[in-house]
Amino acid sequence: MAKSSSQSLLDRFNNSANALGLVFMLPAAAILLVFLTYPLGLGLWLGLTDTKIGRPGVFIGLENYRSLFNDSVFWLSVFNTIGYTAVASVFKFVLGLILALLLNQNIALKSFMRAIILLPWIVPTTLSAIAFWWMYDSQFSIISWVLVKAGLIDHYIDFLGDRWNARISVVVANIWRGIPFVAISLLAGLQTISPSLYEAATIDGATPWQRFRFITYPLLTPIIAIVMTFSVLFTFTDFQLIYVITRGGPVNATHLMATLSFQRAIPGGQLAEGAAIAMAMVPFLIAAILISFFGLQRRAWQQGSKD
Amino acid sequence: MTNQTRRRIVGGMSALATMGPMFWIKSAQAQTSFKPEKGAKLRVLRWKRFVQPDEDMWLANTKKFSEKYGIPVRTDNENWEDVRPKAAVAANVGAGPDVIVGWLDDPHLYPEKLVDLTDLADYLGKKYGGWFPTARTYGTTKKGRWIGLPLGASGALLTYRESWVKEAGFSKFPTNFDDYLKLCQALKKNGHPPGFALSHATGDSETWMHNILWGFGGKMVDDKNQVAINSPETIKAIEYLQELSKTFIEGTGGWSGVSNNNAFLEGKISLTSNGISIYYAGKNSTDAAKKAVAADTNHAPMMVGPVGRPTELHLLSQAMVFKYSKYPNAAKEYLRFMWEREQYEPWQAASLGYVSHPLKAYDNNKFWNDDPKYLPFKGVVERMQPHSYAGSLGYASAACMADWIVVDMFASACLGQKSAKEAAAEAEKRAKRYYG
Repeated sequence: MAKSSSQSLLDRFNNSANALGLVFMLPAAAILLVFLTYPLGLGLWLGLTDTKIGRPGVFIGLENYRSLFNDSVFWLSVFNTIGYTAVASVFKFVLGLILALLLNQNIALKSFMRAIILLPWIVPTTLSAIAFWWMYDSQFSIISWVLVKAGLIDHYIDFLGDRWNARISVVVANIWRGIPFVAISLLAGLQTISPSLYEAATIDGATPWQRFRFITYPLLTPIIAIVMTFSVLFTFTDFQLIYVITRGGPVNATHLMATLSFQRAIPGGQLAEGAAIAMAMVPFLIAAILISFFGLQRRAWQQGSKD
Repeated sequence: MTNQTRRRIVGGMSALATMGPMFWIKSAQAQTSFKPEKGAKLRVLRWKRFVQPDEDMWLANTKKFSEKYGIPVRTDNENWEDVRPKAAVAANVGAGPDVIVGWLDDPHLYPEKLVDLTDLADYLGKKYGGWFPTARTYGTTKKGRWIGLPLGASGALLTYRESWVKEAGFSKFPTNFDDYLKLCQALKKNGHPPGFALSHATGDSETWMHNILWGFGGKMVDDKNQVAINSPETIKAIEYLQELSKTFIEGTGGWSGVSNNNAFLEGKISLTSNGISIYYAGKNSTDAAKKAVAADTNHAPMMVGPVGRPTELHLLSQAMVFKYSKYPNAAKEYLRFMWEREQYEPWQAASLGYVSHPLKAYDNNKFWNDDPKYLPFKGVVERMQPHSYAGSLGYASAACMADWIVVDMFASACLGQKSAKEAAAEAEKRAKRYYG
């Protein structure tokens, strides 16, 4: 009796989609808890304490945030991060989209071109950052050298010593690095669009612009939303490019929140303050995710009709 | 198996042998010894060498130690800037290398996690003519307990082209700020400008800027750790540096730690502040042009300002033994061994003056006379002040240095973003966030 009832329990369990689903999700949930939730929670907690390197802290409430509120360098880093992300993302999107459209045409050596386009994305960031650093060098820059030899300028460009030059320089490096991700992802999206739609449009006499505006763009929107969310997240949390090329200089003109957080937490020993800066990035990141989430909810986009 | 037993016996015997003098000739300054634990083995983390022979000799000395005591020692190297985070993690989690050779105020960030080295430091101090005052400051807590064992300082001194300085009308290199400014202006006029980093160039910009700040009497904090940076002396220093920076080659606001090395070796600049590495790289280069640059290169101590005494800042390195180590005595004995004249002097010679000694007696290291161009580096630790001057070392001094407060202050004024007064006021505001 007992045996058969336990068997039936097992049977019921085996046939219950909900119970099984829960069990199958456990490993993934455990990984998320250990590697994402715990560090995030720890960071949140650290930001509310006065922990320093080598010394445990006590709870001090929002004191770190109050202190950061009055810190001009922190606000400069917020300004830099937002500007860096906005400008770089727009360029990455526009250039990435153009590149994807080009790669979607029948061009010579198509597969080869698609492969090499990924190179900037594949090369370790630190290496490409060092390459850019050399190109931006104030005495040995190849760019300045070429321009001087061509007689276009008479002295070397101060790429990294002037604050706006430095900002533009690091944004350019970031764009160069980020385009392949956008281009290849959008290319994948482009290939899901049925050619019959274009054929029908062509027969109706649609211009190339009309085909892009009324077929490609609406059908690509969901992919764009996802790709650009990721692109914005990557850019917002960028660290390596800045750390290698400028260390946040000159006079903090290129310091991002991520680099400032590291500088204060580790070399500066102020773990709690660094954690607070990192936490201050979270609202921005959540905002970026929500925008794309609600964008994706508007499924009517996918049908190309107005919602 | 037999090998292991034998090694243990040999180790025990040598420990016994070195213990003897401690009991019998305690008063005499003979070999003191810390009795290494049975079966001890050590892990040492140090910064990656700047010049290759340094590492070779360090490892050779370590091998000598292992052979003498039967204690295996594993030595790991990390990029010098990465030692601090690694040491911090080790201190926090309570596991890691037994000995870490770190930088500046590392031991003052986690003093309770470190083994007291007072007996060892006293022994070395007595035997080798005493520690230079700044080495003592870096090594001890406010109460005088030794928590770090200074290894020496990597000196950043004025590195210049002899022929161009002569051409500028100076047969002898200046020693005060007025003449120095004149020299720089003349160098610039002759088309051989000086170049000093105004950027976040770790290890480069802080050192030469502090010389000028302190030389004019400016300081981050007073001896009670109260912020004192916004002073007339500081403003004078900023105004001087504004004038000086007009003579620099273009683009030093974007320099990294190696930019000045490259620019100097390529003959683009006549004068910069650096360790001995430029000279070393030129001397050992296979490129005839760089060899020629090295032949024309010389070094000078930093300027002495109106305060009338040397005010140099250098990167001081010191060894720490962590309490979590299972073999603290073996670690101490290792450090003693490495700091003794028989090992230290050949090692210092091998590192070619890159590291200047913290113990007075090593002024007599014969190596200093090998090349007159080494000589200015001999007194580096003697001439330096702790970066926390005039306050004490700790969290606030580490945070202010890492946050580039002094560097940003000077750079913002030199790059035309702020007036001298505004820059000093801004630095004061930023420093107060840490000094309270």
